[in-house]
Amino acid sequence: MSSAPAIALIGISKRFGPVAANRDVSLSVAAGSIHGIVGENGAGKSTLMSILYGFYEADAGEIRIAGEPRRIRSSADAIAAGIGMVHQHFMLVETLSVVENVVLGAEGGAFLKGGVGKARAALAKLSQDYGLAIDPDAIVGELSVGLQQRVEILKALYRGAEILILDEPTAVLTPAEADQLFALLRALKAQGKTVILITHKLREIMDVTDRVSVMRRGEMVAHVATAETSPPALAEAMVGRRVLLRVEKQPRARGAPVLEAVGLSCRDGRGTETLKDVNLTLHAGEIVGIAGVAGNGQSELLEVLAGLIQPSRGVIRLGGQILAAADRHPARMRDLGLMHIPEDRHRSGLVTAFSAAENAILGYQHDPAFGSGPLLSPARIEAHAREAFAAYDVRPPDPALKTAKFSGGNQQKIVLAREIERGPKVLLVGQPTRGVDIGAIEFIHRRLVALRDAGVAILLVSVELEEVMALSDRIIAMCGGRITGERAAEKADERDLGLLMAGVTDEAA
Amino acid sequence: MDLLQLIAVILDSTIRLSIPLICAAMAGLWSERAGVVDIGLEGKMLIAAFASAVAAFVTGSAWIGLGAGILAALALALVHGFAAITWRGNQIVSGVAINMLAAGLTVILGNAWYGQGGRTPSLEGAARFGEISLPFARWARENVPGLGLIYDEVVSGHGAPAYLALLCVIVTAFVLKRTRFGLRIRAVGENPAAVDTAGISVAGLRYGAVAICGVLCGIGGTYLAVAQSAGFLPHMTAGRGFIALAAVIFANWRPWPALGACLLFGLLDAVAIRLQGVTLPGIGLVPVEAIQALPYLMTIVLLAGFIGKATPPKASGLPYVKER
Amino acid sequence: MSAAPVELPRWADIALVPLVSVAAALLVAGLVVIGIGENPLEATALLLRGALGSTEGIGFTLYYATNFIFTGLAVAVAFHAGLFNIGGEGQATVAGIAMAIVCLALPTLPGFLAAPFAILGAAAGGALWAFIPGWLQAKRGSHVVITTIMLNFVAATLIVYLLREVIGKPGSMQPETPDFPAGAILTPMHQLLAPLGLKLPSTPLNSAFFLALMALVAVWLLIWRTRLGYAIRTVGANPRAAAYAGISPATVTMIAMAISGALAGGLAVNEALGVQHRLVLDFTAGYGFVGIAVALMGRGHPVGVGLAALLFGVLYQGGAELSFDKPAITRDMVVVIGGVLVLFAGALDGLFRRLVASVLRTGRGAA
Repeated sequence: MSSAPAIALIGISKRFGPVAANRDVSLSVAAGSIHGIVGENGAGKSTLMSILYGFYEADAGEIRIAGEPRRIRSSADAIAAGIGMVHQHFMLVETLSVVENVVLGAEGGAFLKGGVGKARAALAKLSQDYGLAIDPDAIVGELSVGLQQRVEILKALYRGAEILILDEPTAVLTPAEADQLFALLRALKAQGKTVILITHKLREIMDVTDRVSVMRRGEMVAHVATAETSPPALAEAMVGRRVLLRVEKQPRARGAPVLEAVGLSCRDGRGTETLKDVNLTLHAGEIVGIAGVAGNGQSELLEVLAGLIQPSRGVIRLGGQILAAADRHPARMRDLGLMHIPEDRHRSGLVTAFSAAENAILGYQHDPAFGSGPLLSPARIEAHAREAFAAYDVRPPDPALKTAKFSGGNQQKIVLAREIERGPKVLLVGQPTRGVDIGAIEFIHRRLVALRDAGVAILLVSVELEEVMALSDRIIAMCGGRITGERAAEKADERDLGLLMAGVTDEAA
Repeated sequence: MDLLQLIAVILDSTIRLSIPLICAAMAGLWSERAGVVDIGLEGKMLIAAFASAVAAFVTGSAWIGLGAGILAALALALVHGFAAITWRGNQIVSGVAINMLAAGLTVILGNAWYGQGGRTPSLEGAARFGEISLPFARWARENVPGLGLIYDEVVSGHGAPAYLALLCVIVTAFVLKRTRFGLRIRAVGENPAAVDTAGISVAGLRYGAVAICGVLCGIGGTYLAVAQSAGFLPHMTAGRGFIALAAVIFANWRPWPALGACLLFGLLDAVAIRLQGVTLPGIGLVPVEAIQALPYLMTIVLLAGFIGKATPPKASGLPYVKER
Repeated sequence: MSAAPVELPRWADIALVPLVSVAAALLVAGLVVIGIGENPLEATALLLRGALGSTEGIGFTLYYATNFIFTGLAVAVAFHAGLFNIGGEGQATVAGIAMAIVCLALPTLPGFLAAPFAILGAAAGGALWAFIPGWLQAKRGSHVVITTIMLNFVAATLIVYLLREVIGKPGSMQPETPDFPAGAILTPMHQLLAPLGLKLPSTPLNSAFFLALMALVAVWLLIWRTRLGYAIRTVGANPRAAAYAGISPATVTMIAMAISGALAGGLAVNEALGVQHRLVLDFTAGYGFVGIAVALMGRGHPVGVGLAALLFGVLYQGGAELSFDKPAITRDMVVVIGGVLVLFAGALDGLFRRLVASVLRTGRGAA
């Protein structure tokens, strides 16, 4: 065995237009180790791994595999270099069987018979070696998420991967499945394989890795041995010592309850329960923040409350009235004074092909103010936009400009202006500052606080824990579709919330 | 014996009418299993019918006609591939374009070259695929009661492209199910990203499938003009490309059921022709149109999920854009 | 070969790209003309003279353009809702059937009512035949593309049956209905304009042309000036945003298809009510498919659709005249040009946008 590291990345840089996704990143991963890479969303972890797996080519820098410089320009190159990757979104063909998925691209001949037979034997052996029991003839689409991930790992191992990269592998797993996965990773390490684990969950890093590298804003900021570090130290390295967000906010007594959810549950298209018995009360003049790792039911909570999806069980009460099924519709909710700033403005909050003025009436296209009878009045729509854009400092203040041409912050201001200006009683806010520049963040935060002072009940969902802590009066933590705890903002601290977000409930603690 | 004779005749014409459908259905199946929607089967068959008729007439060889038919359909298939795969254009729009192009070009060229309103001159002798009498056909007819007649009438006595078409079904089913190429085609129509990350070229696979689609349309078109008829007639495909598409949907994008659907639609057509102008007791004059519309109506009903469920390949119609 | 949409200045997007694709399509047609041994320049001159060189020619040109306006608008309205309606032929056929039934069932209606009723009948028939696929997509998840294709064929067999068995002219061997009552007939243009002192030659151009112009304005109003149009465009551009805005994509799909089908019905009005004065088999004659080219070339905008319809009117009429002089060049040339245009302006739009963008860039670089 040579002492060369399994992977050495030297001075990798990659730009997308004006954005530097990776800046002079170097990384060395020892053979036969489990190496963690942590960082916030957008820190450049995924870009770096995509470069390693041949999806992008780096603008500068060198990749060495086991000491040998390699050019990796395609997935095929990466596979040939002994790299296997388990993507966050599985690269599986759901209509094919397990063994067919495993051999895809490594069929070993023009006819399947031989290759599939060989793969069966290999699968049986791998199953034995690592305790990865799986039926080779099962149709992948019918397997659980945990088993599908197992197929992804088997795929990589069957191709003879010596280096296995896992991108946020536990994001979709139950805790028990995650523990099984970690056991497997340890077993792989024992066999001499090298594992790179990309995650933003510090507990996982502490549990399984030997060394950990921290990325922040496209740069590698720390390499440490896991045994010599702690979650707080890693968290600090991840976020940097940047100025904490401080929002000017006076204490304010909350008013009467405005929006209540009682026993709310919800299922997605596959029948998985995404919300489990959620109880929540929102009072006038308070901001309630939801803290949680993305994908733990926050999005569904917003959408159910906004009338976009229907709950499978439970009751929503608005202003004391139970909402009938017919009322749980976005248009009706708006009439009742519940406005919604959606999490993803591009996917649902805006029609980017429309002019800014047209987007400023999205959801209010039936308002008599914008026309008469069935007709819309472009002059009135434009005048309305002009006024709103001036009040919300949208730049450029050009109502005729295509919305796609505005910056993220200004697009968000268009949405904000639209939803705030007609005086909501309740405002649902999802990721208000995602992809928004610093100046606009401050503006948006001040507006939200001003609304709260004016007596609006605000529900805030954000993956930025800092934002939740800075804005909220109360913080509710969610995990796996359940509310796991509640804290008054002034008593909340990051570590405590982190435990709740990880599903360690008050009762259990 | 009379009834048997009638059945044999109907089955025989069922086969004849099904052959172009079978070719086009296999063609559509290849393309769509790879994720490229093709509503241009009609146009490709039409241009193949024309090209094969012209080449067969000029050279006097039906086989050269077949080659020309295949090349012409292949050319249009590659145009579709260029638009749909390389330029990620709208596959439906491209299919419509190909149908229009073929409909116009065949008539213009036919008219310019032969001045018969778009027809090509009649093919005779070796310029046309003769009926191939299978071994023992005559003997079986005389010596084996019932089955012998069916064998001679239905199984034997078709042009070479007909047997080629049936061979194509076997090959398609085998290749899709049991070979590396087939596995990759099945995968790329469902999840091209999985194929890409496995180190295989998505565009390469799709071009391959589209090219096979062209070749099969070529055989189907050639059969129409050089085996079933003795020359090209304007618009002679008469919607067969779309019936084939219906057959593919009906068969849930699987080869053997697609063969079954084509035979069924061929049978409907044969029966409709047979019943033209026939008055049946209790029904009166048979509404032949109702039988002709049946394949289309059945497809609509099936697609609407009233009977069974049609599940197209998941990625069909979507251009592959590489994401992270 | 990247899929990133090419950003172009507005004028280039609206005018230059379609013009370049038209020019390229005509170039291809020119090559075909050369291929059959004729001179494309001479052919172009003959074509233009035939289409625009006389009042009679212009009359015919506008008559054809009327058909293309209706079928082009039908495709365009569906486009705005993100739907691809290839069922114009079938919808026009059923529109014609419905219109014939109205005309033949109400022969005693006074003149000023007969024509409006017949037109409404056509619109209703077309709307119904397009609503079915709209409903099937909205409620049952089957794609409009396939269902509209299938319904084209169903309509084609339906009209054969009805003309033979139900509404056919008694005793006639031709698949056609009896003549429509005089009150339902649309006035030919030369009669209509005669009181104004205009002496026009007799052409098939009739008052349906004004109906087509009205349809252009109405569609423009609908799409860009009404709340429904706003909903249609939102669903077409971003169905998720539509749901967020409280607009039901399912409802909009059905409404947009019905409107699209009603517009396709205009083809039946012009042909049967304006020219043939009875319903004949195959009156749709491929106009529905050329409508796809018209809509693509016109970028879905009524002004563009009007111009594209005019272009195809010129090609149709000029092509007919041309084929007298040059029997080798039949009117099917228009179908070829249509096909090439659909390919260039539709499926290969990305390629042409990239071409225009790179030409503009080099132009700017040189300047």
